[in-house]
Amino acid sequence: MSEEASVSRRQFLTVATSVTGVVGLALTAAPFIASFRPSTRAQALGAPVTVDISKLDEGAMVRVVWRGQPVWVLRRSQDMLKRLADGKVGLKDPQSNESIQPPYAKNDVRALRPEYLVVIGNCTHLGCAPLERFEVAPADLGPTWVGGFFCPCHGSKFDLAARVMDGSPAPTNLTVPPYRFVGDELVIVGEDTGAKA
Amino acid sequence: MSAGRTGVASNSAMAAGGGGRAARFIDWVDERFPLTAMMKEHVTEYYAAKSFNAWYVFGVLALVVLILQLVTGIFLTMSYKPSAEDAFASVEYIMREVEWGWLIRYMHSTGASMFFVVVYLHMFRGLMYGSYKAPRELLWIVGMLIYLALMAQAFTGYLLPWGQMSYWGAQVIVSLFGAIPVVGASLVEWIRGDYFISDITLNRFFALHVVAVPLALMLLVVVHILALHTTGSLNPDGIEIKEKKGPDGIPLDGVAFHPYHTSKDLVAIIVFAIIFVAVLFFAPDMGGYFLEHANFEPANLLKTPEHIAPVWYFTPFYAILRAVPSKGWGAFLMLSAIVLLFFLPWLDRCKVKSIRYRGWQFKVALGALAVSFVALGFLGLQPATEKSYVYAARVFAAIYFAFFLLMPLYTSRERTKPVPERVVFHGHE
Repeated sequence: MSEEASVSRRQFLTVATSVTGVVGLALTAAPFIASFRPSTRAQALGAPVTVDISKLDEGAMVRVVWRGQPVWVLRRSQDMLKRLADGKVGLKDPQSNESIQPPYAKNDVRALRPEYLVVIGNCTHLGCAPLERFEVAPADLGPTWVGGFFCPCHGSKFDLAARVMDGSPAPTNLTVPPYRFVGDELVIVGEDTGAKA
Repeated sequence: MSAGRTGVASNSAMAAGGGGRAARFIDWVDERFPLTAMMKEHVTEYYAAKSFNAWYVFGVLALVVLILQLVTGIFLTMSYKPSAEDAFASVEYIMREVEWGWLIRYMHSTGASMFFVVVYLHMFRGLMYGSYKAPRELLWIVGMLIYLALMAQAFTGYLLPWGQMSYWGAQVIVSLFGAIPVVGASLVEWIRGDYFISDITLNRFFALHVVAVPLALMLLVVVHILALHTTGSLNPDGIEIKEKKGPDGIPLDGVAFHPYHTSKDLVAIIVFAIIFVAVLFFAPDMGGYFLEHANFEPANLLKTPEHIAPVWYFTPFYAILRAVPSKGWGAFLMLSAIVLLFFLPWLDRCKVKSIRYRGWQFKVALGALAVSFVALGFLGLQPATEKSYVYAARVFAAIYFAFFLLMPLYTSRERTKPVPERVVFHGHE
């Protein structure tokens, strides 16, 4: 074999060996990267949660944990629903086009039944838990405030349907988890029966 | 044993006139490991300018704090339990029941803040005297990587006590990755290993904090020192002392790292130690700045603290994040604020290194950068409700970015002073 043929042969072998090595490394890395994903146990612990709403007063809110996230179930009074409908604050996403919710909660009250608001209480900005501020025109939130949620971390504001107001760092409305009612007494969070529920 | 002493082994020892037992032992080692050669290259015959001022002690101090963190960290690991169930209680156990546990833990927590104090001062020294400029670009970049590793270390470490601020701080920082388009949501889930910050997240942060990041950090520190010893240390005049060598090949303005710089550094270490123990014994939480008070409560998933602020060393970047009313852009600008530092060697067009001989433009710009960094740090600690703070943060963030983005313009217009041939030195001759 000539000197030149030998060199090109060696170059080919070097490249082939390197490429094979890199592919092998990538394949070996895959299980390690995949091991970072939620384990089977973590997935199993993400099962649905049942909330008893038979004793919930008008204007009261109950918090439950689903997948480690605070889920709020707020029973809105007629007055709250009226304030929500009459509210004049600017909203970033009034039709919830950019926000996450099941199709049955993509409406003005963002709920399956207008009386009950079910949302994940994590601010869509950076995941803090907004505080409930249902009073009208408190000193720190100004005269236009008709009740809603206020995030203490970075000042995002949400109305009584958890829709984000203009000027908030949060990009979208609070997320509505999948849920369904069982009669008038129970809500199951984390499970629904499809688009109509 | 005897095999080593025979043959070639004792040649150099004979040549050196026999020497003592110690010298013969060193010879024995040198034939198997370049001990003497390394000591010469990096310690006894590494020459740095005799004109170093107080700004030049922070590199050594950073090394001292690194060792302190490693040692105290190892001892903390022996009593700490990385699970959501036990973590908070095990820290309380260290504080109350482990003998001297409170001291070791406070050394570690004070050390974390002091690490950032000395590293920020070390970086500012680099900015003032042009330590990032050619031929020290790699030295600067490796230093920036150390800074990133340090931030990763501080962040993962802060989750471990599993207090309220640990939990919610981690929540905020991890969800920053959600701002990345398309892959954001699944990336956040991948980092947490769960649908929320959970026991799983705590366990992996522990692994990163005690194994992965410290290993990377130590490797980077070695690379940083090797790069430094290749280019040589700069000095307050920004002169390359290697360009003026005596007949012996030693830089005329240089003195050996050991014993000359080490003996001076020892003074700095003692002064630093006095400050350190003063904080350690009299204000280990530093009024809530080194250890935030919300963290004395165990993590509660359903209750966000009234006011979330990261520890002081992250607040300048946090203020930038909050100044932007958009999650994506806020996260992008925060990241840019750090990434821009990497490009400093190429953004600065001025040939003169040291601030002593540079034009007014750079002096003003560096002053503005320092003021805006401190101001952002202050604003990042304040509650989110105050509108005027948000506007102030926007102004200072604009100044911070202007320093970097306008740098090619103002540094190419500088009228510099003549740089002296030799370092300026007023010591006892």
